[in-house]
Amino acid sequence: MVVLMVGAVVVALIPLFFILLNLILKGAGSLSLDFFTKTPAPAGETGGGVIHALVGTLLIVGVASLIGLPIGIGAGVYCAEYPASRLTWVTRFVADVMNGTPSIVVGVFAWAWIVAQQKHFSALAGSIALALLMIPMVLRTTEEMIKLVPNSLREAALALGYPRWRTSLSVVMRTTLPGIMTGALLAVARIAGETAPLLFTALGSQYLSVNLNQPMAALPLTVFTYATGPYEEWHRYAWAAALVLIMVVFVLSLGARLAIRRRYSLNA
Amino acid sequence: MTAVETPEPVRTTPPVPLERTNYGDRAFRLILTAAAVLIPILLGFLVYELWSGASLAISRYGFDFVTSSTWDPVAEEFGAFPLIFGTLLSSLIALLIAVPLSLGVAIYLTEFAPKVVRQPVAFLIGLLAAIPSVVYGLWGIFVLIPVLRTTAFPLLRDALGFLPLFQGAIYGPSMLAAGIILAIMVMPYVMSVSREVLLAVPNTQREAALALGATRWEAVTTAVVPYARSGLVGAVILGLGRALGETMAVTMVIGNRHEIAASLFAPGYTMAAAIANEFSEAVGDLHLSALAYVAFLLFLVTVVVNAGARLLIWRVARGSAAGSTAL
Repeated sequence: MVVLMVGAVVVALIPLFFILLNLILKGAGSLSLDFFTKTPAPAGETGGGVIHALVGTLLIVGVASLIGLPIGIGAGVYCAEYPASRLTWVTRFVADVMNGTPSIVVGVFAWAWIVAQQKHFSALAGSIALALLMIPMVLRTTEEMIKLVPNSLREAALALGYPRWRTSLSVVMRTTLPGIMTGALLAVARIAGETAPLLFTALGSQYLSVNLNQPMAALPLTVFTYATGPYEEWHRYAWAAALVLIMVVFVLSLGARLAIRRRYSLNA
Repeated sequence: MTAVETPEPVRTTPPVPLERTNYGDRAFRLILTAAAVLIPILLGFLVYELWSGASLAISRYGFDFVTSSTWDPVAEEFGAFPLIFGTLLSSLIALLIAVPLSLGVAIYLTEFAPKVVRQPVAFLIGLLAAIPSVVYGLWGIFVLIPVLRTTAFPLLRDALGFLPLFQGAIYGPSMLAAGIILAIMVMPYVMSVSREVLLAVPNTQREAALALGATRWEAVTTAVVPYARSGLVGAVILGLGRALGETMAVTMVIGNRHEIAASLFAPGYTMAAAIANEFSEAVGDLHLSALAYVAFLLFLVTVVVNAGARLLIWRVARGSAAGSTAL
C-alpha cells in the first residue's frame, strides 16, 4: 500500500512539473524589454507588449485590496475577539459558504449591481468582484492567526488596566501582525490570477488605461484572449503573459508562506 | 529647629466602578461588528441581485428551464439541461480521478511519510492550488489536449471502445479533457483539507490500535480513517464544490457545445463555461436573464454542497478553517 501511495504522490506532482516546464520553455523566449514596456501591436502584427495588462492588474487588484482587506481583517478580528457571539457563528459560516461561491457567480453579481446599472463596463466593478472573493479568505486567516495568540498575553494586558480595544490593537494584533499580513498577501495572490469575475466587469482592453470607470485590461484576461485567439503570435504572447502572471502569483504566495514558516520555527 | 514636614496626602484617584462604560471599547466593538455584519448582508445582496437579474427568465420558464434542452439565443428559447448535465458529469469525472489520488497522498503524508518529505510535498501540491485557472486552461489547450488527442484517447478507445462512453470521433476538446483538467485542479484542495482532517485525529486513536497489535496500515484503516470519515467526506464534497464552479480552464478545453453526448470524447458545456462565454456578448435581455438564471442555479448548488461539506468537516475538527483560509 505504501508503494501505491508513493505512486499517488508522484502522479500528483507530474502536472505541476509539466505546467512549470512548459511555461518556462514556451514563455521565456518571448520575454523582452518591449514585452514589459509597450502596448500590444495591432492584431496579426508582431511586436508590442503587455504593459496595459500589467498596469490594469496592478490597479484592479490594488483597489480590490483597499476594499476587501479592511472588511476582511475587521470581521476576522471580530470573530476571534468575540467567539461567543452568535454573529461570529453566522459570519464564519457565511464566509465559508462565500468562499465556495464560484468566482464567475460573483462576476455576474458585480455585473448586475454595477455594470447593468451604469450601462458600461468598468474596472471598478471588477475590483469589487475581486474584493468580495478575498474577504472570506482574509477573514478566516486573520481569525486563525489571532487564535494562535496565547490568552495569557491578553490577560496580562487586561490585568495592567488596558481597555479591551487597546489590548486587541496594541497587544494581540501587534503580536500577530506578520501573520495577518501573510494571509492578506496570500489572498492578493489568489485574486491576482482570477479571470472569470473580470470577464464582464473590467472586460479587457487593448489600450493603456488608468480610468477605473472604463474597461481595463488585466493580465489573466490577456492570457485568456490571446490563448483562445487565432494567431500564432498571440499564442506566444499568451505563454509569456502566463509566465509573468504565475511569477507574480508565486512570488506573492511563496513570500507569504516562507514568512509564515520562519515565524513558526521561531516560536517552536 | 526643623519642623517635621507633614507628608502630602497621597492623591488617590476615586475608585473605578467595575462596570465603567469604556467608550473606546464600545467604538472598537461597533466598528468590528459593522465589518462582521457586512458579510451576511453582502451575501444577501448577492442572492438578491442574482435573483432580480434572473427574474425575467424565471417568470418565463420557471422550473422547466432545468429540464429543457434547447438553447437558441436567436429564437429566444433557453433550457439549461445540457449545461447542468455537463457540469455534473465533468465534476464526477474529476472526482473519480482526484479522490483516490488525493486521499492516498493525504494518508501517506500524515501517517507514513518520513518527517523530511511531509512539508515539502504538501508545499509542492499547495503550489498546484496557487496556479491560476486561466494558466491551467492555456496548458490544457496547447499541451494536454494534443497529447490526449494523439495518444491517450486512441488508446482508451482501443481498450474500452466497447463502452459507449469511449466511442465516436476524437476532437480533442471534450468532456473527458475537462474532467482531467478539473481533476488536477481539485486534487490539491481535497488533499490539503483531508490532510488537516487527518491531523485533527487524536493520537490516542492510533496508539490504541497499535497497542492492540495492529500494523500501521491496520491502525489507519481501523482507527484513523473511521474516526475522520465525515471530515474526509466533507473534503471530497468541498472538492466537488470547487469542480462545479470552476470556469476558465473548463471553458478553454471542453469544446463549448450545447449538446448531450454519450461519448466522453465529444465536446460539451458547463454552466460556468456558458456564462463566461456568452455573457459579455449576449444582446437580448432574455438571453442575459437566462444566463443570470444559470448563475443563480449554480450558486444554489454550490451553497448546498459547501454548507454540507463545512458541517461534515466541523464534526471532526470543530470550527476548523480547513480549506477556507487563503493558505
